[in-house]
Amino acid sequence: MAKLTIDDLAKIKERTRHEATLRQGEGRARITVHMGTCGIAAGARDILTSVCKEVESHGLHDVLVTNSGCAGLCSQEPMMTVEIAGELAPVKYVQMTAAKVKTVMESHIVKGRPVLEYVLAVGSEKTR
Amino acid sequence: MAYRTYLMVCAGTGCVANKSMKVRDRLELEVTKHGLDREVSVVTTGCNGFCAVGPIMVVQPDGVFYQLLKETDIPYVVEEHLLKGRPVKELLYTPPEGTLPIPKMSDIPFFADQTLIVLRNRGLIDPEKIDEAIGRGAYEALAKVLTSMSPEGVIREIKASGLRGRGGGGFPTGIKWETCRKAPGDVRYIICNADEGDPGAFMDRSTIESDPHAVIEGMAIGAFAVGSSEGYVYIRNEYPIALERLRTALAQAREYGLLGKNIFDRGFDFDIQVVRGAGAFVCGESTALMASIEGRPGEPRAKYVHTVERGLWDKPSCLNNVETWANVPQIILNGAKWFASIGTGDVSSDPWGGSKGTKVFSLSGKVNNTGLIEVPMGITLRKIIFDIGGGIKNGKQFKAVQTGGPSGGFIPESLLDLPVDYEELTKVGSMMGSGGMVVTDQDNCMVDMAKYFLAFTQAESCGKCVPCREGTKRMLDILEKITCGEGTPEDLELLEELSNMVVESSLCALGGSAPNPVLTTLKYFRSEYEAHVREKKCPAHACKKLITYAIDPEVCLGRGHGCDVCRKNCPDGAISGETKSVHAIDASRCGRCGICYDVCKFDAITIE
Repeated sequence: MAKLTIDDLAKIKERTRHEATLRQGEGRARITVHMGTCGIAAGARDILTSVCKEVESHGLHDVLVTNSGCAGLCSQEPMMTVEIAGELAPVKYVQMTAAKVKTVMESHIVKGRPVLEYVLAVGSEKTR
Repeated sequence: MAYRTYLMVCAGTGCVANKSMKVRDRLELEVTKHGLDREVSVVTTGCNGFCAVGPIMVVQPDGVFYQLLKETDIPYVVEEHLLKGRPVKELLYTPPEGTLPIPKMSDIPFFADQTLIVLRNRGLIDPEKIDEAIGRGAYEALAKVLTSMSPEGVIREIKASGLRGRGGGGFPTGIKWETCRKAPGDVRYIICNADEGDPGAFMDRSTIESDPHAVIEGMAIGAFAVGSSEGYVYIRNEYPIALERLRTALAQAREYGLLGKNIFDRGFDFDIQVVRGAGAFVCGESTALMASIEGRPGEPRAKYVHTVERGLWDKPSCLNNVETWANVPQIILNGAKWFASIGTGDVSSDPWGGSKGTKVFSLSGKVNNTGLIEVPMGITLRKIIFDIGGGIKNGKQFKAVQTGGPSGGFIPESLLDLPVDYEELTKVGSMMGSGGMVVTDQDNCMVDMAKYFLAFTQAESCGKCVPCREGTKRMLDILEKITCGEGTPEDLELLEELSNMVVESSLCALGGSAPNPVLTTLKYFRSEYEAHVREKKCPAHACKKLITYAIDPEVCLGRGHGCDVCRKNCPDGAISGETKSVHAIDASRCGRCGICYDVCKFDAITIE
């Protein structure tokens, strides 16, 4: 390995920024794929994989991808929830497919415009 | 390739001793088995600090904190959490007084009340990968210093920050650097004191284990400031993991040209050698440490001439502790003002005027959450012990906290609202020290505690000067006498007189501070000493020669039906009786081991 210059230092930092962001749990957006038994049966595993791929191909260094349990609306699975930092309400997408994931990524995550035709609802149920 | 989830497995010494490496191996196996290896990454990190509940794993970006993991838990955790998105409740942290688990690391009081500067990378990077450290900003401060600051400018910044020595002395770091820079001579040395010898203290070990590059970078900045090109890290050989990670980090930094000749092409040369200490406590003292590096016996010398002027090989030498060095890059990056905004007092005109930044403490003893913490200066001892530490184990009564290692003083409950500050701690007879913090409860005898710590410093006395060598020995003899019930009231006065003599006339700080535990317990817990010498009783029931075990015949037969368990377990054969009859202890044969007390399920054993 050749000697580092100050520019190289910045390049390494940039390269590892995605990882650093994820590890600190700080991001601009968070995508949660619901993976209860119903979700998995309806293909949530593939949805999660597509989400990961899209994040990678768009170079979205500030997007966190995670999974959670069943959201309760098993008939509408696979579902995923998109939260953008600073926006009050999370958006729930239903009956997802790989193609829909692509559209949601390009429109909602990159441009900040939710894809309303795939949306079940905006907001979460009250938790207490 | 980025991953969606990171499993941050703690690989500090505590967790490794509790088999966290087995946990890691199993995680990798299970993750691969479920086809998650392209989206889930297993990372080994430095110490998280919450050693009481290790092995620890934090799942990021969710921030979910798993504790007390066993290899056999892993298949279930991977399937539930990573595949199905359901954190495993039984393995989450549950506070001592609570019943509901706290899934998020940031909500656990132990972590929530801490401020991280020195340990900012703990649990976030793999300390054996330099790129991860660089990703979190390592060597940026060095770049800033070499491209845009003068050595004098660096010294001004460090002075203005109010940073003071974290090894215990609390000497203003900027002044030390300035004196060293101005000292006549062509060769200067930078030294990092990693000879952490206090029983129950592991601040420096954890800092090196979790972020070795912070220490290396701090030393490089110091070298630039004082005009040095050679550095040494003096580290205990008993710290195998820290030593290995330090060596790995040094090799990686050299490979990147961050150490060596002409760093960043700015004409600055600096490299670091590692010297392993053999474990003598006195080698943490600056002159003894330097003697040891030179290959001479580790003994201190009188400091008419300071080591910043004539230290290692009689050259000007700038020695700071691990924690002090690790603070430096953050001060350079964030500015002196930022650092000085944390803590107590005002250092703008007087460098001794306050305690700034944070302090790392290793919290141990009778407290629920033992571990490593970093807190802002000025926080109260009460907050550390009862909020971060989670209070006293088993609901017992707090008695005293000892700060500053084996030669620190004991601070009673009435002074718990004291802020953590160099001067405040000294005022009450203790000290900041390097950051050991031992909590004692109602079951600890203060005379016995003083004896324990004095026995340590006495054994570690190098023997060069008479007051420390002979004085501590005679003090220990008196304490021994008192705990055996042979002390007299005059002994207390003699003990006090001897203590003051040792403090005043010892050559170095080892003797100068060794009597602190004795002096503070005499001051705050004199009644316990009085009980030992006048009534020949130990109020805490800890001094074996002063207690008698007995069996309450009514309880033994009434509730216990003469269960005979005590007799079977007594190693001295001192208990007589048989099943369904009353048992009795023969005091002349009783070794006072306390086993009968522990095994009796009916509380029939009494201690007087």
